[in-house]
Amino acid sequence: MAEREQKKKTTTTERADDVVEDVPATSATGEKLKAELDDLLDEIDEVLEDNAEEFVRNYVQKGGE
Amino acid sequence: MAIPKVCGIETEYGIQVLHGDPNPIAASSVLINAYAHDVARQQTGWDFEDEAPGNDARGFAREGSMPPQVETHLVNTVLTNGARYYVDHAHPEFSTPECRDALECVRYDRAGELILTRSMEAADLAAHDGSQLVVYKNNSDGKGNSYGAHENYLMDRAAPFTRIVSGVTPHFVTRQIFAGAGKVGAETAVHDGTPVDFQLSQRAEFFEEQVGLETTLKRPIVNTRDEPHADPHRYRRLHVIVGDANLAEVATLLKVGTTSLVLAMIEDDISGSRSLALADPVTAMHDVALDRTFTKPLTMEDGSTATALAVQWELFSLARKYADDRGLDCMGDEAVGEEVLKRWEAVLHGLETDPMSLSRQLDWVAKLQLIEAFRERHGLDWDDHRLAAVDLQYHDLRPSRSLFARMDTERLVNEESVVTAVTEPPRGTRAWFRGQCLKRWPASVVTANWDSLVFDLGTDPLRRVPMMDPLKGTAEHVEELLQACASPSELLDRLSS
Repeated sequence: MAEREQKKKTTTTERADDVVEDVPATSATGEKLKAELDDLLDEIDEVLEDNAEEFVRNYVQKGGE
Repeated sequence: MAIPKVCGIETEYGIQVLHGDPNPIAASSVLINAYAHDVARQQTGWDFEDEAPGNDARGFAREGSMPPQVETHLVNTVLTNGARYYVDHAHPEFSTPECRDALECVRYDRAGELILTRSMEAADLAAHDGSQLVVYKNNSDGKGNSYGAHENYLMDRAAPFTRIVSGVTPHFVTRQIFAGAGKVGAETAVHDGTPVDFQLSQRAEFFEEQVGLETTLKRPIVNTRDEPHADPHRYRRLHVIVGDANLAEVATLLKVGTTSLVLAMIEDDISGSRSLALADPVTAMHDVALDRTFTKPLTMEDGSTATALAVQWELFSLARKYADDRGLDCMGDEAVGEEVLKRWEAVLHGLETDPMSLSRQLDWVAKLQLIEAFRERHGLDWDDHRLAAVDLQYHDLRPSRSLFARMDTERLVNEESVVTAVTEPPRGTRAWFRGQCLKRWPASVVTANWDSLVFDLGTDPLRRVPMMDPLKGTAEHVEELLQACASPSELLDRLSS
């Protein structure tokens, strides 16, 4: 199981940081996680389809399988 | 001894046309043709120009001179990585080649995503009317229409089917606690009268029977399709229709890996002291999807109760002991087997103590975390369209729109190996022979399917090469032979001598 890597553009150094986050969150890492989530939400506000209602309504598929 | 659990995943993708003809069959054909013409040809040197229309439903796609925009016949291609890429019903479907272990299956499932993404890009470039194709790796449209992500496992024909059904049903009902892709709301009648905010699984509510042959109506938890694509006297292919399509690699590894282990134990007739038979598997499946606290007691056939988590702990313990007693040859690769067991245990522990801690491993947790944060930021009710939009867009394969791609989920296979898997077949199954022949002699292989290749040497009648054993035709078996043959006729001569 040698193959493993972090998603996105993280470097090896940043990977080590992420491993630290897997232990119970201290307030500092908790803050960091929250900040990351905030950044993600900002990005989602940007890329989410403009008219959510129409976007969802128009997504109609035929059953498959 | 259990036989190696050769495995594969076939995924029907959702497809939508923006600013163009909404016909999904035409759109799926355009998508796959665009890949076969514009992408795969560059990589593999395939030449479709002079081919005649294929007469084998599982043969190569053949292309005439018509532009893709008006191409509507059902496309059916076999790729050099041994995969099948085709139009099924009204969806583009990608079937991975036969994989030797669960981690390899993750890699080829990811290669499928990359192939679909490249197909979208190629189709959009070729479109002259400003239309755009969008592909989603999900399993329902939120309006009661579902499409599948099926798994396949090689099994020993000697294992009685009744034992398979009873042994695997508890796993299929409960594995969604880690393998579910998550869904906002509900869309069938099974939860009528119950307000549903979020479910662990996209597919759970579509299952209505415990066992059956159907896949589109009255869907059964255990599908009885008996189409081994291999020697029917020795093998069975268990066709599993109960799962969700996963984007999170750990979820895919666990879905395939734990199921492989459970099936191996069924072949070896291993069971625990406690029966895991559920009194009503179908209702249990629906209930498990709604329970994010993992406390809902399921009624067992013997009158006792157990939670989904308890059933999974029991299966894990059996598998752990099975591996310790008999080794993990059945998993194709022992290290992969150990990894599956390690992660299975860690995920069950996480679900028990702090489910949201698994947001980098499991799709439903990643999606729920996103939905909850988005809901809180904008003060939304669960029935707000924007939450359904976030749910849908989680599965969008366009890098510019995918919400999943923006989450920092854990990866198990590196990107380079995924890119390689787009064109190279797995080395440890017959997919290797299929893929290598297609790569070397694309003009001579007129049709291919799971268990045979048909060659046209230009002189004789067509020559069929059967591949009835998924564990033969591997690189180990035939790499030397293929390298020694300068032409397909030499290969066929040597195979028949």
